[in-house]
Amino acid sequence: MNRVTTNEAVDSVADSEVATRISAYVETKAKAAVAHDTDLAEAGILTSMVAMEMVVFLESAFEISIIGRDLKMDNFRTVNTMAALVTRLRETAADA
Amino acid sequence: MTQQVTVFGAGVMGTGIATLMIAHGIPVTLVDIDPAVLARGRVSVDRQLRHAQLLGAVPEGVVPGELVTSASVADCVGSLAVIEAVSEHAEQKDKLLREVSGLVAPGTVLISNTSGIPIDELAASVQRPDELVGIHFMNPPYLITMVEVARGPRTSDRTMESVQSLLGLVNRRGIVVRDAPGFVTSRLLHPMINNAARLVGEGVATVEEVDALMTGCLGHPTGPLRTADLIGLDNLADALVALSQRLGNTEYLPCEYLLDKVRAGRLGRKSGSGFYDYEG
Ligand SMILES: NC(=O)c1ccc[n+]([C@@H]2O[C@H](COP(=O)([O-])OP(=O)(O)OC[C@H]3O[C@@H](n4cnc5c(N)ncnc54)[C@H](O)[C@@H]3O)[C@@H](O)[C@H]2O)c1
Repeated sequence: MNRVTTNEAVDSVADSEVATRISAYVETKAKAAVAHDTDLAEAGILTSMVAMEMVVFLESAFEISIIGRDLKMDNFRTVNTMAALVTRLRETAADA
Repeated sequence: MTQQVTVFGAGVMGTGIATLMIAHGIPVTLVDIDPAVLARGRVSVDRQLRHAQLLGAVPEGVVPGELVTSASVADCVGSLAVIEAVSEHAEQKDKLLREVSGLVAPGTVLISNTSGIPIDELAASVQRPDELVGIHFMNPPYLITMVEVARGPRTSDRTMESVQSLLGLVNRRGIVVRDAPGFVTSRLLHPMINNAARLVGEGVATVEEVDALMTGCLGHPTGPLRTADLIGLDNLADALVALSQRLGNTEYLPCEYLLDKVRAGRLGRKSGSGFYDYEG
């Protein structure tokens, strides 16, 4: 029981670190502060080129590969959705 | 097994066209004379395929066609169609088309992706002028669903039917125009970009201001100078020279501001900077 709680705490710290690194990158693109739940497409930040740059950034920064069905714009709409994607792909990589 | 398509030139357009074909399940042999370009070409096609996927431009459930890279012209033998997307120099296209035409079987459609060299001029290089046609793919080919088809005076109905089938396979819609220097799109777009660069050179407005005006006031999707960077400034200058020579009009010659960029190696997106700076 205790272990689970600790793991969850560790996970959420790790998650927020992921989100922070992603938002730092997004902010260089947006040239402005960006909230973790801002819809980047609606804000006009997520152009098709920026989306591809995000894919390349996430892959190299977090040592994951984004392929197949995960390659869709919806996964890149907010910092939080990207962080969730990174976390999921890291977990599947760790399971494998 | 689907028959492969051979694409000559692994530059901006060759890799983009290869991506379009592969995404629709058609195997591609990509040929370039420069081994370094060829190595980069494979990486670039992979990146573009992922870009297409990301934007939902890849049909569902299609297994991507295989990509083979090659330095040998002879590898085009047996292709469904041959597409040339080599540099916009008539001599280079002439030499390549001569060689290809001597190798492929009658009935193989030869397609030029020239921006504006008349198809009938290129037809002088091939053994069967009726089998040569222009398909002016737009950049990036895997995202833009319309193409400009240039039918030469000697292009046959049978070739036009093959063009329709090929475009059907890759889900593109073609508008057929009569053969003329620059066809429709380059005749309109290239001088516009040249004039945009000229205005910046004259100090009338900055690069950003020209593009902002064209997007904000006139509904241009990206602005002419950002478009120029996507095209490649060297190709743009070459295409303008080719247009100017064939229209007998020096107004089409690339302006000094554009030529300065090319001389400085600032070729646009593909070199990391042009009118704008790009990362990575
Ligand atoms: N860039 C665009 O947006 C665009 C759009 C439509 C049409 N076009 C036309 O497409 C063609 C290619 O343009 P690009 O922008 O891709 O040029 P590019 O400079 O990016 O690439 C041209 C490639 O052709 C190769 N090449 C030259 N001679 C060759 C040969 N004999 N065999 C094999 N490869 C050869 C070069 O090594 C180079 O890699 C041109 O005719 C151009 O006018 C360009």
